[in-house]
Order: sequence, then C-alpha cells, then structure tokens
Amino acid sequence: MAAARTMFEKIWQRHVVVDRDDGYTLLYIDRHLMHDGSAAGFAKLRERNMKLRRPDRGFATPDHYVRSDSRDVADIVDPHHRKLVEAIRTNTAESGVTLFDLGDERQGIAHVVGPEQGVTQPGLTLVCGDSHTSTHGALGALAFGIGSSEVAHVMATQCLWQRKPKAMRISVDGTLGEGITGKDVILAIIAKIGTAGAVGHVIEYAGSAIRGLSIEGRLTVCNMSIEAGGKAGMVAPDDTTIAYLKGRPFSPKESEWDKAVAFWRTVPSDEGATFDRDVSLDAASITPMVTWGTSPEDALSITGRIPEPSTAPDTAKKDSMKRALDYMGLVPGTPLEQVPVDRVFIGSCTNSRIEDLRAAAKVAKGRKVVIPSWVVAGSGLVKKQAEAEGLDKIFVEAGFEWREPGCSMCVGMNGDTGKPQQRIASTSNRNFIGRQGPGVRTHLLSPAMAVAAAVSGHFADVRKLA
Amino acid sequence: MEAFTTLDAVAIPIDQPNLDTDQIIPARFLGKPRDMQVSALFHDLRYTPDKTPRPEFVTNMPAYGGAKIVVAERNFACGSSRENAVTVMVDNGLRAFIAPSFGDIFFNNCFQNGALPIRVDAARAAELRGLLRASPGAKISIDLAAQTVTGPDGKTDRFEIDSFRKDCLLQGADEVSLTLGYDKDIKEFEARQRQEMSWL
Ligand code: SF4
Repeated sequence: MAAARTMFEKIWQRHVVVDRDDGYTLLYIDRHLMHDGSAAGFAKLRERNMKLRRPDRGFATPDHYVRSDSRDVADIVDPHHRKLVEAIRTNTAESGVTLFDLGDERQGIAHVVGPEQGVTQPGLTLVCGDSHTSTHGALGALAFGIGSSEVAHVMATQCLWQRKPKAMRISVDGTLGEGITGKDVILAIIAKIGTAGAVGHVIEYAGSAIRGLSIEGRLTVCNMSIEAGGKAGMVAPDDTTIAYLKGRPFSPKESEWDKAVAFWRTVPSDEGATFDRDVSLDAASITPMVTWGTSPEDALSITGRIPEPSTAPDTAKKDSMKRALDYMGLVPGTPLEQVPVDRVFIGSCTNSRIEDLRAAAKVAKGRKVVIPSWVVAGSGLVKKQAEAEGLDKIFVEAGFEWREPGCSMCVGMNGDTGKPQQRIASTSNRNFIGRQGPGVRTHLLSPAMAVAAAVSGHFADVRKLA
Repeated sequence: MEAFTTLDAVAIPIDQPNLDTDQIIPARFLGKPRDMQVSALFHDLRYTPDKTPRPEFVTNMPAYGGAKIVVAERNFACGSSRENAVTVMVDNGLRAFIAPSFGDIFFNNCFQNGALPIRVDAARAAELRGLLRASPGAKISIDLAAQTVTGPDGKTDRFEIDSFRKDCLLQGADEVSLTLGYDKDIKEFEARQRQEMSWL
C-alpha cells in the first residue's frame, strides 16, 4: 500500500513538471490571478517579447487602486495609479486573459472574486502577485503569493521553480463559542505561534472547529496564513466545499462536474499522514480577539489589558513592545475595552464576504455608530447580495458609509487612508506601522467586533451586545 | 540580471524583528515608476510624519554611507509580496541581507534581482549587529562561491544556499530562459493534465 500522504503532498506531486537533483522542482500552475499591480509582470514579459503561455488560466480584476466612491477609472487622481487600472484592460485584452473590470458586478478583491467565480477549486495550484493568495487554500487548493518576477515567469511558462516547503498541521478542535468567528480563530493561532511561527511551511488547518466553519470562515482563516509566516494555508475539501462550488460560473459543468467531484474527494490528507509539525488549539478557549501592537501576533482577548513590556521574556522583546506601544499610543495595563477608537473599517480580503457583512449587520441593526465607519464589500456580487438582503439599509441607517468594492483602507493605495495618530478598528489583516497611512494606528478584529467598536466609540465585547 | 560573486562592503544593522516590507517601502509609493521609488526606502522609519529625518535611524547616519549589506533580526521582510522591497534596496546599493529568518516571498524575490539573502543563526546575527553598532562603517565580506560571510571581527561563517540559486546568482542567469529549456516537459505535463483533469 502506498504511504499515507498529506493533502499538500498530493497536490504538490500532481504538479511536478521536473524534479532536479538540487532540490528544485518546476511546478505547474493551474490558475493565475492578476490585479492592477500585475502590470509589472506584463511589462517584464513585453521586455522579453514574450506572450502569455496560457491566457486561459489567467483571471484578472482591479482592486488595489480603484476608488471606493466611484467606478470611473477617470476619477482616479494619481496618474500612475490610473495608468495601472487602465493597463489591466489593455493587457488582458491583448493577451486574452479573462477580466472582471470596473463596472462589472463581478469585479472585486482578487481573493474574494476567485472563490466566488469558482476559479479556485480543490486540488489545484494557484498563484497571484499578492501575499494573501493563501486565502484560496480554504477550498483545498495549494495557493501562494509571488513577486512580480515570478508573475512574469508564470505568464511566460505557466510554471514556477520551487523548493518543497514543509507541512504543518494546526488543529482546532471543539466548539467555538457564540459570536466567535474565523477571524478570532486565526488571530488566536497567530498569537500562539507568532508571525514567524510557520515560516517555510504549508499549513493545513484541521479539527472539528475548522470543519464546522463555512467557506467564508475558512477563507478568513487561510487568508492570514501569511501573517503566521506560512507559505500557504489550506483546508481539506468536504461537502461544504463541494456545495459551495456547485453552479459557480467557472465551476465544472455536467459530466465534468462529477469527474471533478470524484477527484476532489481524493484530495484530503490520508488517515495517518504525518506532518513536520503539529500544533493544536482548543476551540472553546478562543474569545473575541483584538490586536494591540504593530504585528499581527500582538493579539489578545477583548477581556484583556494592554500588556506590560516588563513582562517580556527578553530585552529585545521588551524593546519591540515598547516601540509598538509608543507607536500605538497605548498605556500598559489599560483594559482593552477602555481604549477609544476613532474610526472603523469593515472590508478587505480577510472579511468582506457576505457572511462577514451579515454578522456585522446583525450587530449594527437598530444601533448608531458614534465614529466614522465604513463598509466596503469585497466584490460587486457581494454588494449586490447584501443589498438584496437589505443589509445596506441597516448599515446606512446605523450611520455607516456603504462603499464600492476594492481593497480600500486595508492598504490605502487608492488614497483611502486615515490620519496620523488616528486609531482604526479594522477587519483587515495587517496592523503594520503606517499600513493605513503614515502614523495611523490599526487594530485588527472581526466584523462583528468592528461594529461593536463603531457603536461604542471604544473596543467592546460583542458578546455583551447580543 | 547582475551577477553576484563577492561583496566587501559597509553593513547596516537593523534591530527590529519582523521588519515588514511595508516598512521597507510603504504601499503609497508602489504605483510609481521604479526611479521614483528609490528615495522611498525605509521612508517612514527614516522620516517623521512631518518629513523630518530621524537622526537615530541607521541610513540617516553618515558613518554607514555606501552600505551594500543589511544585517537584520528574525523574520526580516515579512508581509506583503511587493518585489519593490527588493528592488528599492538594490537600487539603493543594498545587495545582501543577513538575518536569522526571512519572509518567504521576499527570500524568493531576492534571487530574481541579483540579491543574496543569507540565513545565519540568531546569536551570530545579534553579534554582527552589535559589532556594526559599535563601529559604524565596519565592513562585512561575502564570498558566494565559497559560501562564506566574514564579520568585522574576522570570524568567518559558512552559509547554506541551494546550488540552483547559487548558480543562477553567480552567472546572473535568468530563470525564464532556464525554464524554456524544459519546454518539452511542460508540454508533456499539459497533455497529461488534459487527460486527467479535463474540466480545467
Ligand atoms: S484587501 Fe488588503 S490584504 Fe487583501 S489584497 Fe487588498 S490590499 Fe492586500
């Protein structure tokens, strides 16, 4: 009998084009997602006078530079940024790559659009010139981010040179408490293993609590694998995955569907497969999480207090905590629930899907925000669905701004930034220094927790608002 | 791509762990042409929000002028996949990065741009940074063929690098050309996949 293999191992082996003696593998790439930042890849290809090898495997949508208050490219103020959004049109038209353009309801953040369109499927390799490509692993794909030279390499050859990463399993078993979401789970994981905790590894998230998550919740968990240092994150495909993919525009059809499903059933790790590392968490111990510092590992429970640098294990850690607290303008020992918030952003490829908006709307209903608060849906289709369910009305009545899909304030490349020293409760994935604008203080949390902050004016435990 | 063989140059110490690529080049500079990005290196670490240079940041200290090497802390250049984090350093003359660990994507991106990331153990990295702080402008020398790094203290460490990456760097070879040499294998793979995964 063949040795038990992990899901990662199976997908990897299936995509080996060449194995070299020096440990490098030429890996075939099934799907290549592109966005407005992929113009550099096209430019490199053009420099070499080359064409895309497999335009049929490419899918593109502008997200980073699009405005959240207009769908007109001409409204993009910065001429360099406008050119990038225009370039995605000309580049895809010339090469034959499928484009979900501005104004098309299918446009949105690449990592929301891929799963939504059925482009992301179990057992495939998928890359994108963006680190949060790990998101797509939620459907059982091996998906990872690459730089622009590698983007050009995939465009030219549909392959990548890779050294095989190690496999790590993170199991979350038990039942998640009321109001605890995928975001709290991944923040708890990163707080436990650290931002370098999974460097060199592909993570498989397993255990009953992960299996109990919807696809949206799994996408949120896999999204932040990169914040745990992982190369990729994945969840085994199951009935939930198959039900999610059924009928999506790029999902297999008719007899091909049955063939694909039969294959997808073979993708999960075999019983008894071994991992290079195993980590486990108890689902029942996870509470609503909020970050306090400038690294995603600086996460703590809403019931906690801003930590004391004096409790750090060594001086290097103490210094970095002090630096973070200084930047964040926080006093050690303050209960998180007493920290005032200036602004709220609900959106990004971590938390802008329909389930996120439903969870946020549930808390927002009948309440009023007391600070400027935005909701930016992850795609035109998410926005449309939310409007069909009346969620937009709930948000607008509560005082939220209901804006157009894109990355928006997650990274502020489109100009949606905060002001220096502003404290923003954000459902995105990075609380890095200056991520949402110079001097801006970012705290990561779930959509429901973001609404709790929006209606309270400070961090608040959403479980008390239920 | 420029070949990388040896380097004997001033090195700068960067002590923050998890220094992410947003700190190396903030997102707001990414959409600009490459020559307009050069001055954005470490922008928000070098300048206060009102654009005053921070005298305590290494690249603002004249003694470290002409540096070509960075010695950093663990998980250096983690975060965003922006290849600009490599190119902005290369365009500022920095071509070798020494740290206990790196962000995965940054690590790969280095090789595409003739830059060399070197993993050394955390204690040695800390020691090197201490030496560089103690005598600003001190040099480190790197020999890729021999796979060695020699610190200002004269102590030489051997580092590991994949022979594939090493050969590409030594020759300044380009990966796309190399891959095109495997066109037959790629075609065979595609034919097989058309059979086995016809729904794609
Ligand atoms: S939403 Fe944020 S993290 Fe996601 S792709 Fe856009 S900028 Fe990157």
